[in-house]
Amino acid sequence: MSSETQKILTTDGIPLEESLKKAEKKNKIKAFLLVAPLLLFIIITYIFPIGEMFTRSIDDRMVTNMLPKTFKAMETWDGKELPPEEVFAAFLTDYRALAEKKEHGKLGQRLNKEKNGFNTILKKLWRKMKKFEEGNAKEQIMAIHKRFRDVKYWQAIKRTAPPYTMSKYLKGMDMYYNEDGKVVQVSEDRRIHRILWLRTLEVAFFVTVFCFLMGYPIAHLLATLPMKYSNLLMICVLLPFWTSLLVRTASWMILLQQQGIVNDFFVWIGLVADDSRPEMMYNKTGTYVAMTQILLPFMVLPLYSVMKTISPSLMRAGKSLGGTPFVAFWKVYFPLTIPGIGAGCLLVFILAIGYYITPALVGGASGTLISNQIAYHMKATLDWSFASAMGLMLLTGVLVVYWIYNKLVGIDNIKLG
Amino acid sequence: MALPKYTEPHYRIWHYTYLTICGFVFFFLIAPLFVIFPLSFNAEEFLVFSDGMKRLDPDAFSLRWYHDMVYGTKNPWGLAAKNSFIIAVFATIGSVILGTVAALGLSSRHMPFKGLIMATLISPMIVPLIISGVAIFFFIAKVGLAATHLGIIIAHIILGTPFVVITVTATLSGFDHSVTRAAASLGSNPVNTFMKITLPLILPGVISGALFAFVTSFDEVVVVLFLAGLDNTTIPIQMWTGLREQLSPTILAVATCLIVLSTLILVTAELLRRRSERIRGINR
Repeated sequence: MSSETQKILTTDGIPLEESLKKAEKKNKIKAFLLVAPLLLFIIITYIFPIGEMFTRSIDDRMVTNMLPKTFKAMETWDGKELPPEEVFAAFLTDYRALAEKKEHGKLGQRLNKEKNGFNTILKKLWRKMKKFEEGNAKEQIMAIHKRFRDVKYWQAIKRTAPPYTMSKYLKGMDMYYNEDGKVVQVSEDRRIHRILWLRTLEVAFFVTVFCFLMGYPIAHLLATLPMKYSNLLMICVLLPFWTSLLVRTASWMILLQQQGIVNDFFVWIGLVADDSRPEMMYNKTGTYVAMTQILLPFMVLPLYSVMKTISPSLMRAGKSLGGTPFVAFWKVYFPLTIPGIGAGCLLVFILAIGYYITPALVGGASGTLISNQIAYHMKATLDWSFASAMGLMLLTGVLVVYWIYNKLVGIDNIKLG
Repeated sequence: MALPKYTEPHYRIWHYTYLTICGFVFFFLIAPLFVIFPLSFNAEEFLVFSDGMKRLDPDAFSLRWYHDMVYGTKNPWGLAAKNSFIIAVFATIGSVILGTVAALGLSSRHMPFKGLIMATLISPMIVPLIISGVAIFFFIAKVGLAATHLGIIIAHIILGTPFVVITVTATLSGFDHSVTRAAASLGSNPVNTFMKITLPLILPGVISGALFAFVTSFDEVVVVLFLAGLDNTTIPIQMWTGLREQLSPTILAVATCLIVLSTLILVTAELLRRRSERIRGINR
């Protein structure tokens, strides 16, 4: 035998290793080309727009673009005392350019949000500036109104200089930048968003718990019954699963109304008097009941598919080794179902946290969740950047849930059927 | 599930309690659907069981709301149904083609970055719908397709493909790749192999993915609410408006039709699932 190992060659003289690598590469490209159309489609129509939500949510270039010269002149201004002549002159030039394009009104509205009373003095400036003489902008502007002599108004302009702002995110957490540019909380009676976030979490959490408590027993029953019975009972899970969400919401609206069947039943068994029928819809009760029923199949199906794979002999072995049925269940059966529990809870929680239709219909005012708020800003107030900011906050929350789930159960342990 | 004779009494009690609990849960799941059914035949305008209905008086029942659904004045349901079907059919076709082709690539063992790509492809399914709605709206508005059928179809393809990708990759996971190699060695080109060998074998997975995509589109309301104009109203939008404004029995007639439709879909999906399990060798 020679000391050198002989390279294995294919028939056409190329080393086998190389030839295999080439074939492998070709296969890789082939596989990738098959995926490419959908991947491109999803990236362009879905992933990029989510990125656009982010730029939209922090975008604050409006004033930056409106007052380019002013901000350039302001770079050297320390912001403590009234700005120098150049800033005033630059501001006047910018404002004149805006007035020509008839965009000066927008600037007034935007700056008014930053500091109250800005709109009025800018309008005054617009009326007076036609008669301005050349040069000496500072004195002429300051003469118009005493607010122009107040440094705070110039500081407000400087604050709008950066092209990006976190203010929409702060608004989503009921905070804002005050006049000194510090982050402060809004007054207590106006903290609506925080209530909504907490309520969304609360509803999603309890709906998940209810779904688990109700879903676990029936998934177990379905998995242990003989096929011919379980197939029949499975319809009870699958028919709601395939039925339109709005149909199911409609049926809950009929059931839960004050003259509805549930109330009729309560009156009939004497639980409540006929004239004091409880309000079960347009509040949280309605949201809980309807959402639990609607999301229950999403809990049952993953649980069922995991339980189906657990051999009944394991429980028998547990019992034969001296465990009571309860101990055998708790020590043997339950741990084996954890992947299913994880998948079911994750699915239900994530669906519940982004829920919109059912709470909007049966939830009333106290049943609105953060998604309703997002939809409201998309459709009614048209504050799309705020809707984007809240959407991304929600998305971050969802990703955190995935992350925790991955740490606890492992994302690969998910079984969806 | 009969209990053995030697079962101790307290386990016996527990067992029957457990069955009762399960019975209640099943009732909770299915009963709401059956409320709609009789009420849609109500002769009166109220959404409660009239005394006549409780006595099973034939005069208390009528087809009046079904008549109203089809022939009613200023009836939105005809247009909505037409739009819903058009959008759902095209969205399904798009999702199935894109999803199946991608699933073929994804189940190849040569696929690079499989995890990352899979996560990207199914992300529309795991991101809360309201966020998807906002993002898709931005895209559709930017390309100028807001309030068009095409815009809604694209949106529904985005939402539908994850289901196709998942069902088809699941079917392909039990797929014996030697049959395609056999076909290739017998001189078949890849397209021919796919149409004649692979597709018939994975068809149950493809069709159940298609059903998911169809139902997703047919039932979708969050994204459509952002995108639809007056001409693209769909059944879910009409139901949403109806439920918000006034719960009329006509909605129940529509809902009954939808339940019948979903029953049909359920039966098809179940038959397919069993067939696909047979093919994959589960339950053998």
